[in-house]
Amino acid sequence: MAETHSLQDFQRPAVSSKVFIQRDYSSGTICKFQTKFPSELESRLDKQQFEETIQTLNNLYAEAEKLGGSSYLEGCLACLTAYTVFLCMETHYEKVLKKIARYIKDQNEKIYAPRGLLLTDPIERGLRVVEITIFEDRNIGSAR
Amino acid sequence: MKNCEYQQIDPRALSVSPLSAQSHTTEKKEQRPRRKWEVFPGKNRFFCDGRLILARQSGVLPLTLGLIVVTCGLFFAFDCPFLVKHLTVFIPVIGGALFVFVVISLLRTSFTDPGILPRATPDEAADIERQIDTSGSSTYRPPPRTKEILINQQVVKLKYCFTCKMFRPPRTSHCSLCDNCVERFDHHCPWVGNCVGKRNYRFFYSFIISLSFLTSFIFGCVIAHITLRSQAGKSLVQAIQESPASVVELVICFFSIWSILGLSGFHTYLVASNLTTNEDIKGSWSGKRGAEESGNPYSYNNIITNCCVTLCGPVPPSLIDRRGFVPPDEVIPAASSASEMELPHFSAKNDVNMEENCQDFSLSCTA
Repeated sequence: MAETHSLQDFQRPAVSSKVFIQRDYSSGTICKFQTKFPSELESRLDKQQFEETIQTLNNLYAEAEKLGGSSYLEGCLACLTAYTVFLCMETHYEKVLKKIARYIKDQNEKIYAPRGLLLTDPIERGLRVVEITIFEDRNIGSAR
Repeated sequence: MKNCEYQQIDPRALSVSPLSAQSHTTEKKEQRPRRKWEVFPGKNRFFCDGRLILARQSGVLPLTLGLIVVTCGLFFAFDCPFLVKHLTVFIPVIGGALFVFVVISLLRTSFTDPGILPRATPDEAADIERQIDTSGSSTYRPPPRTKEILINQQVVKLKYCFTCKMFRPPRTSHCSLCDNCVERFDHHCPWVGNCVGKRNYRFFYSFIISLSFLTSFIFGCVIAHITLRSQAGKSLVQAIQESPASVVELVICFFSIWSILGLSGFHTYLVASNLTTNEDIKGSWSGKRGAEESGNPYSYNNIITNCCVTLCGPVPPSLIDRRGFVPPDEVIPAASSASEMELPHFSAKNDVNMEENCQDFSLSCTA
């Protein structure tokens, strides 16, 4: 029996399941994700690659929330100008978030998409989880 | 022969009308893309196309603004001319600067997102549900779900929020008035008409501090005004009769100073020890549990560091993305009846959702 596929089936592969990497609160309320490798990804991804991605994300979020001279200076300047300075300037946090978005896009293109996976930026889930969508492995073999 | 009045159907009309009907319906279905604030599930009001957010019950915010504006107006109109003549021109300048700072802080506290956490997507909720052991049947209310974690070597209990369908991060609390989980929840302030949380706590603090200065300044200036007037050979009563507005200001300032100064002192203590009003009231870290060591795990044990972190630390952006557009194929949780995944046991839970919320809230009050 010949299988008939519509064009949409090839353009949008079906979602098989989703894996959620939860937050790690052992160091307090800073944004940090668990580096434990989920079992559902064992067939698709290297443990080391996954840990590297999550660790880089954790480091980037730590950079965003870093307490130091520059962040205090930004806070004091904002207070003195009655917070109107943020109408024309981006906060340090927002700059790092853009960096994170670029990093995730880069990782998706290079590592995750070829394996039928998709990383969702945690900011779209309220910084609660890193959502990894696992697509069905139907067409990957034939497409190569 | 019967006259059947048969009208021959024009095939061209047939071919044209369904298409036009289709395009008409597609035009109807193609509504303008909606922004996320329009489908926000919490009890909030939005202004300026999602740029400003306020609680649905704005409380007494108009009263707060009115009192501040009226008092300062009376001060500038009736006391300042006399004081400028007899003392210095800097009095209205300082008063004006304080007034502007107070109003800006108040508006920023009221209209800023306090740190609302968006609700879990259906997939996330199902994943969490799978990880929890549901041993009870659906007929009786399951016990409140908690998860224990270690923060800085101290055990902290995370509660499951039945409304937002997720485990609340530490220091997060669900505000029943706004129906949202708020990060680093301090309290819901009716004077300001909004919750006070992680993102607007510094605005709230600068509001009450500047308001203390403003009320003390106006109080002092009005006392000076009346004293100077009565010293110029007139009695006190005569001085008051010449400037009745000063009495109004005196009364307002007198009653405000006690409460505002007290509140400022309390919040200064909270800032210095990196606590929230919620934690202080519940006594989470006050060591009520006897021999168990329960200090505040979030404190840096240094007053200056605690102050800097709370007031000058980096501001995270709003997590609810009010002005983003709702993707056209996304299923809106509130409106939809059929979600992507089959979750039969959720329907039973929705019936007892309200009850669970009340139970959860009452437990959080008594804990």
